[in-house]
Amino acid sequence: MVKRDSSLQITRFHCSRVRWRRALHHSSRTLGIAYGDLMRVCGCSATETHFTKLPMNSYCAELIPEISSLSWVTTTVPLVMVLLITAVKDATDDYNEKWMNVRVGDIIKLENNHFVTADILLLSSSEPYGLCYIETAELDGETNLKVRQALTVTSDLGADITKLADFNGNIICEPPNNKLDKFTGTLYWRDNKYPLDNEKMLLRGCVLRNTEWCFGMVVFAGLQTKLMQNCGRTKFKRTSIDKLMNTLVLWIFGFLVCMGVILAIGNTIWEQKVGRSFSVYLLWDEPIRNNNVVFSGFLTFWSYIIILNTMVPISLYVSVEVIRLGHSYFINWDRKMYYIQKDTPAEARTTTLNEELGQVEFIFSDKTGTLTQNIMVFNKCSINGKSYGTRDSRCAFAFGSCVLELSHFSFNPLSDRKFKFHDSSLLEAIKMEEPSVQDFFRLLALCHTVIDDKVDRDLVYQAQSPDEGALVTAARNFGFVFRSRTPETVTLYEMGTAVNYQLLAILDFNNVRKRMSVIVRNPAGHIKLYCKGADTIIFDRLDPSNHVLMNTTSEHLYEFAGEGLRTLALAYKDLDENVLEEWMKRLLYASTVIENREEGLADLYEEIETGLMLLGATAVEDKLQEGVPETIACLTLANIKIWVLTGDKLETAMNIGYSCNMLRDDMNEVFIISGHSVLEVQQQLRLGLMAHALEPELEQVLLETACLCKTVICCRVTPMQKAQVVELVKTNKMAVTLAIGDGANDVSMIKTAHIGVGISGQEGMQAVLASDYSFAQFRYLQRLLLVHGRWSYFRMCNFLFYFFYKNFAFTLVHFWFGFFCGFSAQTVYDQWFITLFNIVYTSLPVLAMGLFDQDVNEANSHRYPSLYRPGQLNVLFNKRQFFLCTLQGVGTSFLLFFIPYGAFCLVARDDGSHISDQQAFAVIISTSLVIVVSVQIGLDTYYWTAVNHVFVWGSLAVYFAILFAMHSDGLFSIFPSHFPFIGTARNCLTQKSVWLVIMLTTVATSVHLLMDCTRFFSFCCEMLPHSSTKAPVSSWTFLWGIALALPLRSNRSQMCSIRLRYGFFAGHGRTLTILSCRKSRTERVVWLVALSCWRVMSG
Amino acid sequence: MGKAKANAGPLARRPDNSAFKQQRLPAWSPMLTAQTVLPFFYGMAIVCVLLGAWLLVTVQNTHELKVDYTHAGSCDKCFEKRKDRANANQSCNCTVVFNIENMFKGDVFFYYGLINFHQNLRQYMDSRDDGQMIGRNKNLRNPSSYCEPFIKDKNGLPIAPCGAVANSMFNDSFTLVYHSAAGSRVVPLFRKGITWYTDKNVKFRNPQVENKTLTLAQVFEGTGQPLYWQKPVYDLDPWDRNNNGFINEDLIVWMREAAFPNFKKLYGVLNRAIEPFTDGLPAGNYSVLISYNFPVEYFQGRKEVVLSTVSWFGGQNNFLPVAYLVTGCLILLLAVILTAVWWKFGKNGRNMEE
Repeated sequence: MVKRDSSLQITRFHCSRVRWRRALHHSSRTLGIAYGDLMRVCGCSATETHFTKLPMNSYCAELIPEISSLSWVTTTVPLVMVLLITAVKDATDDYNEKWMNVRVGDIIKLENNHFVTADILLLSSSEPYGLCYIETAELDGETNLKVRQALTVTSDLGADITKLADFNGNIICEPPNNKLDKFTGTLYWRDNKYPLDNEKMLLRGCVLRNTEWCFGMVVFAGLQTKLMQNCGRTKFKRTSIDKLMNTLVLWIFGFLVCMGVILAIGNTIWEQKVGRSFSVYLLWDEPIRNNNVVFSGFLTFWSYIIILNTMVPISLYVSVEVIRLGHSYFINWDRKMYYIQKDTPAEARTTTLNEELGQVEFIFSDKTGTLTQNIMVFNKCSINGKSYGTRDSRCAFAFGSCVLELSHFSFNPLSDRKFKFHDSSLLEAIKMEEPSVQDFFRLLALCHTVIDDKVDRDLVYQAQSPDEGALVTAARNFGFVFRSRTPETVTLYEMGTAVNYQLLAILDFNNVRKRMSVIVRNPAGHIKLYCKGADTIIFDRLDPSNHVLMNTTSEHLYEFAGEGLRTLALAYKDLDENVLEEWMKRLLYASTVIENREEGLADLYEEIETGLMLLGATAVEDKLQEGVPETIACLTLANIKIWVLTGDKLETAMNIGYSCNMLRDDMNEVFIISGHSVLEVQQQLRLGLMAHALEPELEQVLLETACLCKTVICCRVTPMQKAQVVELVKTNKMAVTLAIGDGANDVSMIKTAHIGVGISGQEGMQAVLASDYSFAQFRYLQRLLLVHGRWSYFRMCNFLFYFFYKNFAFTLVHFWFGFFCGFSAQTVYDQWFITLFNIVYTSLPVLAMGLFDQDVNEANSHRYPSLYRPGQLNVLFNKRQFFLCTLQGVGTSFLLFFIPYGAFCLVARDDGSHISDQQAFAVIISTSLVIVVSVQIGLDTYYWTAVNHVFVWGSLAVYFAILFAMHSDGLFSIFPSHFPFIGTARNCLTQKSVWLVIMLTTVATSVHLLMDCTRFFSFCCEMLPHSSTKAPVSSWTFLWGIALALPLRSNRSQMCSIRLRYGFFAGHGRTLTILSCRKSRTERVVWLVALSCWRVMSG
Repeated sequence: MGKAKANAGPLARRPDNSAFKQQRLPAWSPMLTAQTVLPFFYGMAIVCVLLGAWLLVTVQNTHELKVDYTHAGSCDKCFEKRKDRANANQSCNCTVVFNIENMFKGDVFFYYGLINFHQNLRQYMDSRDDGQMIGRNKNLRNPSSYCEPFIKDKNGLPIAPCGAVANSMFNDSFTLVYHSAAGSRVVPLFRKGITWYTDKNVKFRNPQVENKTLTLAQVFEGTGQPLYWQKPVYDLDPWDRNNNGFINEDLIVWMREAAFPNFKKLYGVLNRAIEPFTDGLPAGNYSVLISYNFPVEYFQGRKEVVLSTVSWFGGQNNFLPVAYLVTGCLILLLAVILTAVWWKFGKNGRNMEE
């Protein structure tokens, strides 16, 4: 509990002042962020803190002359560049740093259309009763206006600034959390205490509407606000590539130390045997002159650490971030993921997870609003044991030939014209004034949280949930028009006459209660409780006298659910005045308690919601979203397992399953697992059924069974259980999981999965806020995974492979040279070259490849979903690939060093003067290196856009331009000691022999690359039946292929009709074998209906 | 991310339909298949082999002769003498005799070579002051600290040129004599024009003084000579006044540090204006008179004299042609293997499943 004392300061009455101060603050913060980010860049998590020290250490070490093998410029320049880039990225990235100057306890004035700047307790407003209206679209996406009301005592403060300044209440409230719809606190003021709840809070991110002004006291500011608490989390998700990268950097660090040790030992021996006698020409420093060769070795170790530290690339993390950012923007920019109806583009809310999108193996999907549109249509109902809305069987199968009988609502001037109902008998029942039917619709018109909104004298409802909207609209058309509401009353037009109900209490809905009730007093003075909710919940609380009606109704419900409709049961109860009075007192008390307030209230609600009288049930239709079956079919072909987790009933879920193509008629074994206890489930197990629950001991079996199945649908799951299922798969299968959902009940699952995807649909923004990616339609998932994800993964892997390779090839030349220069840590290259190699000469081409490369175009990515397989198998970049790229880097550096060595060791120029001097050698090797790595990037690039061309050729051009500039007379005459290479480029690169050597080096280093990455043999033509399709998906490195093919083929007998297809693969001896299951042996579907068992577990 | 654009309207947030944003940039995606790659392999192999063969032929036409004189012939006594540092100031001359069987046609270059001399040690390479060598007066008087400990002589005067590199300058001198039937005659060598143009004219300059009448010795007044030198820097070439100071060509050649411990450096170029050397060095007996000064016994080094002719791609270099031939053959081998595999498995684009 946090104690907030508002008497501390009461200042800053106008937002503009706060804003101004923020601007200053923001700019000064950027530097801080930049530095902090460097730390992050160098060491992304706790495990990597060491790496931060590495560049720093070497930086310090360079200041010591004995071991300073590089000038300070050499490492400072890249460091500064990295810092700058990071700072720029952060400055653009980060607009969260608003309102830093608002502090807890401040009293703030807000005006109409202002953004709320912190989480504020509403004190007073310009409207009567201290009301104010807010729009929470930024927060939860709900565009309907919401009402907030100040406490009566504080609303009396009005706009009187002196009174407000004297306001000295204490607020005791919950600690900062991310629950947008919940707040508990108590205000202590003038010896009284007042309960505070969410209805009195204005959360940061809301916009004030229809209210001239209001005053509020800051309760949470800055990072503690609920908005920020909802945002901060995403940073902690890291991809497996990230983790691998960290491990690899550690390995490289180890490798670096090993080489340092080898060279240091070499130096010790060399000094002992050779160097000592050479000391005539080089008077050693004092310690070494005293025959202390070991000390010399020690110094050499540090010198080599400095020289070789380019192996641990500081620019790697920055480049990776830049590439990911680019990929995120491509997702944001994608028109094919833009939903035109709602003007919603896809949004990558996290920039760090893109490549993981290419490795997803499990998708956990919500049903409502995710697979379906979540646009509800009141379709059927059952009132007092009679079912309405069933289409006539005559018409049901004869579309067009039979005119459907639409109910006419012309009697009702307030009716919604779009509303249609296919059964006129209900209308007749209304006209007959049947009491149960009237009560049914009265309940629908009263028991909800919809807000009325009059637009051009038209009645428009603003509903938080589409179900509610559909039900209230239905009531409206049947003559029970919800007209307006105030905090204390609800006005209905019942068959044309206005009736005022006094609203005594609202027992609101939540996921645990699964019901809501209102208690109203009608004009006649009778007190009634109206309740609507999930059928099982309502049925448990019915009066025993309802037994017969309940059976009939539940039959109807079963029918409705079988058609995939969403059902609710309705009930009422007459209340006695005295009972209610006593109950209200206890309610008032319970709502001021701070600890366990929720539980206390729930118990009270439970108490009054008993002995209900059943009225009937509603059935609301929710249509499937466009393209869902196709998407699911395609993702299944990509070997992604889709599990649907829904809170719906079994029948509803099953129906959706069939319509989504998840269940098909050819699936002969559909298992329905249902059990109410551990024992039952175990029994079903013994019977050979695949039945399990989330019991700890059954978890494993459940998982194994479920993974054998083609389709898994879990119904009746709570949000918590959704998260548990995800967690189970995540921890046990070592697979990348993706959760997709649209509602608040999916938040936990979205947060648990590796990747959370939010559908910005009808149910607000909570899922989106918790998600990593969001878009408007389920079908975009296919594009997100198969196109964006696949490309991201492919690009990132290629990028990493090349990046490590490049740095090894670049750095290890020093190692070979060590054996010739007495291990004295003499660099091979010009210092300027070392400075610029990573950041200027080679950074852009690989960045372009990482951003733009496409091995397969998007059409083929969709057409051949099995191309997604390599990502799931993680074959493009793993430890083995890293080993290969190290090997390749070592090989390249070997050739780079020894070919020029062999050629120039004792050779003269064509004019007789020598060329075997160190500077010429440096120029030859660095030129070869730049050319070799450019050729390599050229071979790695599949998709040469203009940008790639500009970057690759541009980098080469820039290399030569800078080389000649650095070796020019002018620079040397100004800074002779910094540019000692004067004239070397001219004298070397004009020699034919130099170009012969460069050519030979390039050819020799590229041959094995070429062989590897020529997408060489067309083994997989079956996969690409039309050879004309221009997809470079047609080749393969033969050696790896044969090696891999053999074991796979021997497995064939076990996999009944699995076809082997040989993909080629992409680069560096990476191989890909695409397995595609035409028809799986286990065509089984498991239905997991785990009610009580799961509760046991979650409890 | 995903900021709404400024323009309002029903499609305000619709992303642009640009090729860049939709990742539809026009691009060239090369399809490397067996049909395109195999010819490339063969082509590359053939180019390498042909180039290698051509280079080999060219190299066969160049000549190179090395004479190790560390303790050959009469130089043995000098070798012994130089073992004792006390004799450093005593001169020692010796002669080495050798025979050229085939005439060295064309330009002939005379090199001295050192074996096991590490000019590439980091501390050694750094121990110089390019600012001093470019003739800056400030650096002449106050050499860079990199030159330590060869920065001041025992009188406290700044050393010019400072540093370990200059200090260890090779100071043997040679006279090549041709013994023909007509008698012995000195082979004329150009001792200038043996450096890179940029070194001679840009990188190394004598200190600039306003008074042009001063002699070089006066310019260098107030500086000391390197510890191991027998003469000051302004007196390196007694025969040519313009070849002294920092622009002395032997010094410049020495200052361009070799990358490897075994190296040769140019000493002179045959002057072909004089008979009988107009076509090169004729076959016959030669001797080299050596002023033997440079001690190598401390570091188990060796000294040699190298005579060489050059081809269009430089001096005699067997590595390059052989490397080309080997690379070419390897590529050819690879190409044949790839062809075989392709022929067997991939020719018709069938998958491997029977």
